[in-house]
Amino acid sequence: MGEGEGLAAPQPALPAGAGQDVGRSCILVSIAGKNVMLDCGMHMGFNDDRRFPDFSYITRNGRLTDFLDCVIISHFHLDHCGALPYFSEMVGYDGPIYMTHPTQAICPILLEDYRKVAVDKKGEANFFTSQMIKDCMKKVVAVHLHQTVQVDDELEIKAYYAGHVLGAAMFQIRVGAESVVYTGDYNMTPDRHLGAAWIDKCRPNLLITESTYATTIRDSKRCRERDFLKKVHETVERGGKVLIPVFALGRAQELCILLETFWERMNLKAPIYFSTGLTEKANHYYKLFITWTNQKIRKTFVQRNMFEFKHIKAFDRAFADNPGPMVVFATPGMLHAGQSLQIFRKWAGNEKNMVIMPGYCVQGTVGHKILSGQRKLEMEGRQLLEVKMQVEYMSFSAHADAKGIMQLVRQAEPESVLLVHGEAKKMEFLKQKIEQEFRVTCYMPANGETVTLPTSPCIPVGISLGLLKREMVQGLLPDAKKPRLLHGTLIMKDSNFRLVSSEQALKELGLAEHQLRFTCRVHLHDTRKEQETAMRVYSHLKSVLKDHCVQHLPDGSVTVESILIQAAAHSEDPGTKVLLVSWTYQDEELGSYLTALLKKGVPQAPSGGS
Amino acid sequence: MKLYCLSGHPTLPCNVLKFKSTTIMLDCGLDMTSTLNFLPLPLVQSPRLSNLPGWSLKDGNVFLDKELKECSGHVFVDSVPEFCLPETELIDLSTVDVILISNYHCMMALPYVTEHTGFTGTVYATEPTVQIGRLLMEELVNFIERVPKAQSASLWKNKDIQRLLPSPLKDAVDVSTWRRCYTMQEVNSALSKIQLVGYSQKIELFGAVQVTPLSSGYALGSSNWIIQSHYEKVSYVSGSSLLTTHPQPMDQASLKNSDVLVLTGLTQIPTANPDGMVGEFCSNLALTVRNGGNVLVPCYPSGVIYDLLECLYQYIDSAGLSSIPFYFISPVANSSLEFSQIFAEWLCHNKQTKVYLPEPPFPHAELIQTNKLKHYPSIHGDFSNDFRQPCVVFTGHPSLRFGDVVHFMELWGKSSLNTVIFTEPDFSYLEALAPYQPLAMKCIYCPIDTRLNFIQVSKLLKEVQPLHVVCPEQYTQPPPAQSHRTDLMIDCQPPPVSYRRAEVLTLPFKRRYEKIEIMPELADSLVPMEIKPGISLATVSAVLHTKDNKHVLQPPPRPAQPTGGKKRKRASDDIPDCKVLKPLLSGSIPVEQFVQTLEKHGFSDIKVEDTTKGHIVLLQEAETLIQIEEDSTHIICDNDEVLRVRLRDLVLRFLQKF
Repeated sequence: MGEGEGLAAPQPALPAGAGQDVGRSCILVSIAGKNVMLDCGMHMGFNDDRRFPDFSYITRNGRLTDFLDCVIISHFHLDHCGALPYFSEMVGYDGPIYMTHPTQAICPILLEDYRKVAVDKKGEANFFTSQMIKDCMKKVVAVHLHQTVQVDDELEIKAYYAGHVLGAAMFQIRVGAESVVYTGDYNMTPDRHLGAAWIDKCRPNLLITESTYATTIRDSKRCRERDFLKKVHETVERGGKVLIPVFALGRAQELCILLETFWERMNLKAPIYFSTGLTEKANHYYKLFITWTNQKIRKTFVQRNMFEFKHIKAFDRAFADNPGPMVVFATPGMLHAGQSLQIFRKWAGNEKNMVIMPGYCVQGTVGHKILSGQRKLEMEGRQLLEVKMQVEYMSFSAHADAKGIMQLVRQAEPESVLLVHGEAKKMEFLKQKIEQEFRVTCYMPANGETVTLPTSPCIPVGISLGLLKREMVQGLLPDAKKPRLLHGTLIMKDSNFRLVSSEQALKELGLAEHQLRFTCRVHLHDTRKEQETAMRVYSHLKSVLKDHCVQHLPDGSVTVESILIQAAAHSEDPGTKVLLVSWTYQDEELGSYLTALLKKGVPQAPSGGS
Repeated sequence: MKLYCLSGHPTLPCNVLKFKSTTIMLDCGLDMTSTLNFLPLPLVQSPRLSNLPGWSLKDGNVFLDKELKECSGHVFVDSVPEFCLPETELIDLSTVDVILISNYHCMMALPYVTEHTGFTGTVYATEPTVQIGRLLMEELVNFIERVPKAQSASLWKNKDIQRLLPSPLKDAVDVSTWRRCYTMQEVNSALSKIQLVGYSQKIELFGAVQVTPLSSGYALGSSNWIIQSHYEKVSYVSGSSLLTTHPQPMDQASLKNSDVLVLTGLTQIPTANPDGMVGEFCSNLALTVRNGGNVLVPCYPSGVIYDLLECLYQYIDSAGLSSIPFYFISPVANSSLEFSQIFAEWLCHNKQTKVYLPEPPFPHAELIQTNKLKHYPSIHGDFSNDFRQPCVVFTGHPSLRFGDVVHFMELWGKSSLNTVIFTEPDFSYLEALAPYQPLAMKCIYCPIDTRLNFIQVSKLLKEVQPLHVVCPEQYTQPPPAQSHRTDLMIDCQPPPVSYRRAEVLTLPFKRRYEKIEIMPELADSLVPMEIKPGISLATVSAVLHTKDNKHVLQPPPRPAQPTGGKKRKRASDDIPDCKVLKPLLSGSIPVEQFVQTLEKHGFSDIKVEDTTKGHIVLLQEAETLIQIEEDSTHIICDNDEVLRVRLRDLVLRFLQKF
């Protein structure tokens, strides 16, 4: 990971976290001598050291602050920001952390939630504290969409809308002519509350994209929604209870909007609950950051705010034992802890009930186990839980599917692609597809593996307008395809490169030009007067050199461009004339060509000259 | 680089900058002071206004009495009010590539510029600017359209007649170009041409110029703009504020190192301190209400009203006004209040922090929740049922010529218990009140203009150090009413270049450099040599490619023709622009060493003669003569190419190539 040497710099991308495994995201990118950490996630399938990325990958000795130029967080999901307080306060990092405003607002709440579950409920020691979360957030710098943030004189970052969850962003990281785009998690189709990810044709050297759904090409959203509503409706009709484990922000709001409108339309009476006090607060974030939602919601929010729900009420723990049908949204989404797990344990034994998993579940979580068909679960305290309730999986998770990923690659036109945040087998499939369709190299490194990309950027220099315009005018030849040659002098002073005309370079450096001139004597057999010889030479050259400016001057001499030809009498032989061909070193080619041409002789001038 | 000045109003600018190959319009302000010459449009039939006497010429000629009415010695046009547009003739508007908007007040002329002119470009503005700008336009159109007026006076505009009219009608400029308000359809079409941008976003225009909006601190989403190429930078400063109100603070640092700084939108009330004015506003309001009177605040539906409501939020309880109803009446009142709460990212730090809690950033949410502040689309409908006096009413338009404010002026004008408090600085309050005279109601003038004053400007200019300042002519002299106040003008070195309406300025700066990219293969082939400590040179011979205003240098093609080639078929094709390939030479030739070198290379029979300026080296056998001077060498020989090339190369050994 050496310094960017001279004109070409290597560009390694090193996933400390999410190489070939959906879990914690944490990627280190070195670009032209700058080191940027992308996301700082935790793995929800583990409760031990493996939970956090191994930051010793980054630097074995020395402080992280000295090594990293900045940290970027793509969105508030814990698998992207969960390790942040651990990283900044416990391992130690004091540099800037960039994220969007909604992420900055919501991230500390989820971190605190996570901390409570880990420490207060599970009694884990050596975990970050509330104060650490606060101190960590003080290092955060909020960014606007499309704002170019100058991290230092050379390093700049820019956020693009990513959909996925409120405030999710993709980031472009640029140093000079080299750039990397990191997508975080994104969604290429607008859903009921968020818009679609968008990026311009920024042509990065490397696009680092998530690949959670690398092989899936999902059916239309409408079908999935109808399916979802049908399942919920049927269960409620037969008196069953529906549990929908969700994360407090994100999918939850989309499904709430969906159910709310359905309940309204069908005039249903079964109660819908939303667990934990976070709900109302969460909806409030959506109201205040409504500019981050989709076009339709933004347009109508003055008349009707989509995040004010009539049918959805706050859940109380006691409600779980109420008889009769109900729908409950409960956190967290992977059934690995908290209220959703508690409700699940209560309802799992009844086949009338249903659990709908609307998103991806990480390996090791209860959600993942039941989705992979396990019906007997070993719970804490060696208790065995038999799952009789129906288990449904609906991919509402707002990740791009294979089609979406291809679409983004097409939009950004990267020189190469790096897949992260997916499973190895699926990534291999996508890698082939990308390489086939776009003919770009595609990488899929494992955790701790380093990918190095050679880049050879163009060198930007300043060209003096005089020189450029001179060449441009010359370029306005009828045949535009003819190469336009430019000659100048590059002055390199410190890191300031300027291309100027040679004359200007000499002048600036206080040097005098040394003129080198040649005069060749060409002997020509001609008995007539010098003037007539000159005329003969003129006609000949005029007919041969059609593209050049050949002139016959009043004083009898002939010029071809700036080459001077004079005819003189021979001192001894009156039957011979001497042509003096004179040119400067700058006209070397033409001068040399002319003397050779004249040496071959000059045909007789057409008769009848006056 | 040229600047076309289309507006004469310093706070409602409209300039067009021609920079490199682009044509950029800076703001699109609409001068609405023209409406002061018109009679107010009453919402409810007003016997007083409809019975005003017609105006007659001094000679008793009454042919204008249908168009002009007299009220308390002032003459008004009885017609649909009209606005003074930016110049449309100075430049062909269809050639404008982009329009940069700095704040919502400076985009009100947009439909006049983008519609029916052949304009096909893009408008750039921030999201709050567009949303609130739309509200201002919607309100304006609504105010005018809901009071249809049959008459559209035009007789008085005749040049020969206008001369005969009393001031200020006589002195009104360009009346023939005044236009009626646009329609909502035109507004929508104009707004559809806007592309949203964020602060510090770099926007490329045709690869030639980059434009960037910067926070200007004056209003929600208000921006200054940087227009730059790689070697030139123009800053456009319009409507900026250094006071801490609700918007994000002004970004000053990014304005540094400008070649030209165009400065518009300074405070219109340079002598008033906004904080003091707010205090006066509150105390006058409280005084009137305590005495049982009503307070009317003519205002725009967005902007300072947010700050006023915030002050009142803190003030009403302590002033014992908690039972007094506050009404905000505007067709866009609800939207404005709602929109103000969703632009967290564009707000000052304190307000942002509230959103993170999450709480609404403006306390008017609480005023509405507690029923202290009520908002209505107009005086008709719900308002008439809820209306209780004494009360405080915020409503538009600040010109007092249209909108619900006209009704309240008619309703409350006759009682001295009531007070109208002017807070918006855009209109002279005396002129605004003229058609309502005689008036018993109290009038308080508390203009709140948070834009830069001259002290702040001079500090700003010292800080950002532009090479040249360009500004409206009004800023280069003291205000006409205070001609002794030489502190109320821009003072900088070199003195500012001033402009006036319909003027074209050639901006004082010359472009010298352009960016070009050297392909890595070419860069690798360059051979730098150090000429002086720290300065290296490399001669570059390359092929220039220009596409989309981007220039790239590629390695030259391999020489296809050997010099003096034998199989020359198309002789003319083989001798193209070769001459530009030879470098310049520099240095001098030490004669003794040169002669030694000649000898080493087999030349004998060398004779050296001294001349006044140098030496002549004679190679007698070869009949060759080499004149050597300090900065020139001349080789004169027979046509023996081999010999000439040998001599040339020996000479070149002593010279440096450029």
